[in-house]
Amino acid sequence: MADAAVHHADHGHHTSTGLSNNKLGMWLFLGSECLLFGGLISTYMIYRGRVGEGPRPGNVFDIPFTSVSSFVLLMSSLTMVLAVAAAQKRDDRGTTLWLTVTGLLGATFVGGQVYEFTAMYNEGLGFTTSLFGSAFYTLTGFHGVHVTVGVIMLLSLVGIIKRSRVPGDKAEVVELVGLYWHFVDVVWIIIFTLVYLIPT
Amino acid sequence: MAIIERPVPVGVPDIPAPATPTRTFGALRRPVATTGWKSWVFTVDHKKLGIMYGAVAMFFFIVGGIEAVLIRLQLAAPNGKVLSADVYNQMFTMHATTMVFLFVMPMAAAFANYFVPLQIGARDVAFPRINAFGFWTLVGGGIIVNLSWFFGGAADGGWFMYAPNSGPVFSPSNGVDFWALGLQITGIASLTGAVNLIVTVLNMRAPGMSLMKMPVFTWLQLVVQFLLLFAIPVITVALFLLSFQRSFGATFFDVSAGADPLLWQHLFWIFGHPEVYILVLPSFGIISEVLPVFSKKPLFGYPFVVFSGAAIGFVGWGVWAHHMFASGLGPVSVAVFSIATMAIAVPTGVKIVNWTMTIWGGKLNFTAAMHFAIGLVVLFTIGGLSGVTHAVAPSDTQQTDTYYIVAHFHYVLFGGAIFGLFAGFYYWWPKMFGKQLNERLGKANFWLMVIGMNMTFGPMHMIGLQGQPRRMYVWTEARAGEGFFNLAFWNRVASIGSLVLSIGVLLFLINVVKTARSKQVAPLDPWDARTLEWMTTSPPKEHNFDAIPTVHHLDEFFHRKYAQDPVTHEIKQVATAEDIMRDQEANADKHIHMPSPSYWPIILAGGLPVIALGVIYAIPVAIVGAAIVVLAMYGWSLEPSTAPDTDFDPPASGDGTKELAPLG
Ligand code: HEM
Ligand SMILES: [Cu+2]
Repeated sequence: MADAAVHHADHGHHTSTGLSNNKLGMWLFLGSECLLFGGLISTYMIYRGRVGEGPRPGNVFDIPFTSVSSFVLLMSSLTMVLAVAAAQKRDDRGTTLWLTVTGLLGATFVGGQVYEFTAMYNEGLGFTTSLFGSAFYTLTGFHGVHVTVGVIMLLSLVGIIKRSRVPGDKAEVVELVGLYWHFVDVVWIIIFTLVYLIPT
Repeated sequence: MAIIERPVPVGVPDIPAPATPTRTFGALRRPVATTGWKSWVFTVDHKKLGIMYGAVAMFFFIVGGIEAVLIRLQLAAPNGKVLSADVYNQMFTMHATTMVFLFVMPMAAAFANYFVPLQIGARDVAFPRINAFGFWTLVGGGIIVNLSWFFGGAADGGWFMYAPNSGPVFSPSNGVDFWALGLQITGIASLTGAVNLIVTVLNMRAPGMSLMKMPVFTWLQLVVQFLLLFAIPVITVALFLLSFQRSFGATFFDVSAGADPLLWQHLFWIFGHPEVYILVLPSFGIISEVLPVFSKKPLFGYPFVVFSGAAIGFVGWGVWAHHMFASGLGPVSVAVFSIATMAIAVPTGVKIVNWTMTIWGGKLNFTAAMHFAIGLVVLFTIGGLSGVTHAVAPSDTQQTDTYYIVAHFHYVLFGGAIFGLFAGFYYWWPKMFGKQLNERLGKANFWLMVIGMNMTFGPMHMIGLQGQPRRMYVWTEARAGEGFFNLAFWNRVASIGSLVLSIGVLLFLINVVKTARSKQVAPLDPWDARTLEWMTTSPPKEHNFDAIPTVHHLDEFFHRKYAQDPVTHEIKQVATAEDIMRDQEANADKHIHMPSPSYWPIILAGGLPVIALGVIYAIPVAIVGAAIVVLAMYGWSLEPSTAPDTDFDPPASGDGTKELAPLG
């Protein structure tokens, strides 16, 4: 396996655009994801005021709490940058360290979301309580699943780097996961602004 | 399947290098079978996958065709007794779903998979394993959509599945659940295919092939893949919301619970209108290859065809609400979308002019492929014209939900998309299988299809304007109308037409069987073609080209065969295809690394239908499906896409190794 990695890295890339296939593919995938979240966010914006008998957004949101968990997620982008930088310097120890930190920060965010959902549920906002509830849980749930997938990728990457089993160019794999991670972060900033900060 | 290949002379079958895996990655050893079913099921070769896409699509074409004939039998006479109202609803819903998602899209994907890499002088796609995954995912999705027939009834809300028809009150069976989850799965196939083909086209072109030297088919496929990339996520959202409503009690589309009555319609048609171009542009691409070859002229106004294709790709996003003129959008929206829709007819018209000018003054060779290509130009024009009549909103309010709409979209889809695909069959068959389809049968196939199609869909203009609604399981004598406009007469004509059409398609299938049995081998360049896919053996070797060609011209292959005399300006043949092939072999690349087969794509794809069944019947099953997916992802990530030399016995020597662009 180790020689496979070398084998690939040494041959360099000859692509028509100069961008590697993997990176171009990831960019395209994220472009597609923009429309996925676009559709979910639009649905939420249409339904945010339709609360029926259930609680209103203002009643269930705990903005200080969510601000802290948003900050945690933002910080994880920073640590992701450090991981990519370390990977480009072929510094395996630094890479795995920062990947682990990023993964833990992401897991903290997901934990916060679980806590937040539980609290809201106890305040009477279930998935089927109102259109607002359904749209809210769908949108933030989709985002949460994206973060969870990201955390799993980060921690798995740590495992396979430690056992030197990364197929292909290690620095590039880290960078690809990084692209995904930053994207998920940016989407959260948009969701946080539109869902939590703008009053209905 | 040879992992490392050495060039072999023309006509001699590929002899795979002896290769045995010596190391294992993940739980499963790498498959190495070069013959038998394993060499197909675990393949990552874009050509084999292309053929499998084609075979599956053809199967669903027959299924969808049988459904269509049943619909027409029911409507052949007043108060039809063939189908009950309930089964009729399932029949038209599944007919449309099958034709759109399981025939035209996969068949276009078959051609894209097979010919895009060949046309750009590449040895495979950018992500061969993802390509295999896409194919098996499509199969899984197709099975899920159709399983519903055997589990209490299929989806019955029409192919655009409007609320409230999609809700539990009007659709109590699990049909809509199967439909939504199945299409979700085929959507994954389209999305991964889109990423794959865009990267392939942008990154893996042969040296010298700038974008404006790219064959038109590849260009239009590129536009299609971008449309898919951005349209699929929108339908994904809509389908998720629908599944959450049906399976988990949400009320996204339940107006009585306060939902917006138009949300689904907007989401569906934001996907749906780009989708119609996804269906037809590949066929436009095919005939833009076929018409020049059989007119012995270059495509007239290549840049116009390319840019009008791209223009359609942009404007196509701004017209979706023309499907909603009757839903009370308000006068401003209606006016805007009406004008935008008229505007989109312009780039479409540009193409028709280009094709006509390509034929004009050419030395026409009326092969079966040429018949179908010209058929497309004529029939699609008729469909485009009726399209413009419903771009005019006031007239559309009269037409919408009548048979007139059915006439329109069958002229553009059958006359457009399907005729183009058939042109592709006849044109590329010798390339794919080394044998030519029978031309006489092909022409009979064409004429029966043209006559059948006009008999079936032509009268629908009339019965539609007379007011016969679409999606009604019976019509009655009471509404029949007098004389020339008699509904009974035209309905019968349409039903007979559908049988003529079926015989036409049957002739094609007979032609395929006959050709497969025949021993006659096609010449290397049977049509005197123009593009790179013809610059290799038929069928192509596993690595496509012995030497990757350097491209200097649009229509590179033509320019290698013909040159203009500097004095007389006459165009003269300077080389034959055989000469060019010999030259390529002499300069063949020494060692060619091809991506290796893998078990993971089919395992990963196999997990998805299990999840779907679990969501419908029992959540634990879904968890098993998810576990399969996760395990397969790990196996996949740990396996390099191209096996390293050291993975094989005997190890290949590294000297002179020619690498592809890095493969994922
Ligand atoms: C000249 C360009 C075209 C124009 C102006 C046009 C216009 C329209 C309009 C306004 C409708 C909605 C009618 C209604 O439901 O009341 C419609 C329906 C439809 N069109 Fe077109 N169209 C064009 C080309 C195409 C093409 C290229 C395709 C596909 C290959 C296509 C496929 C369809 C389909 C499938 C429907 C029916 C959808 C349904 O209700 O099930 N059209 N067209
Ligand atoms: Cu449309």
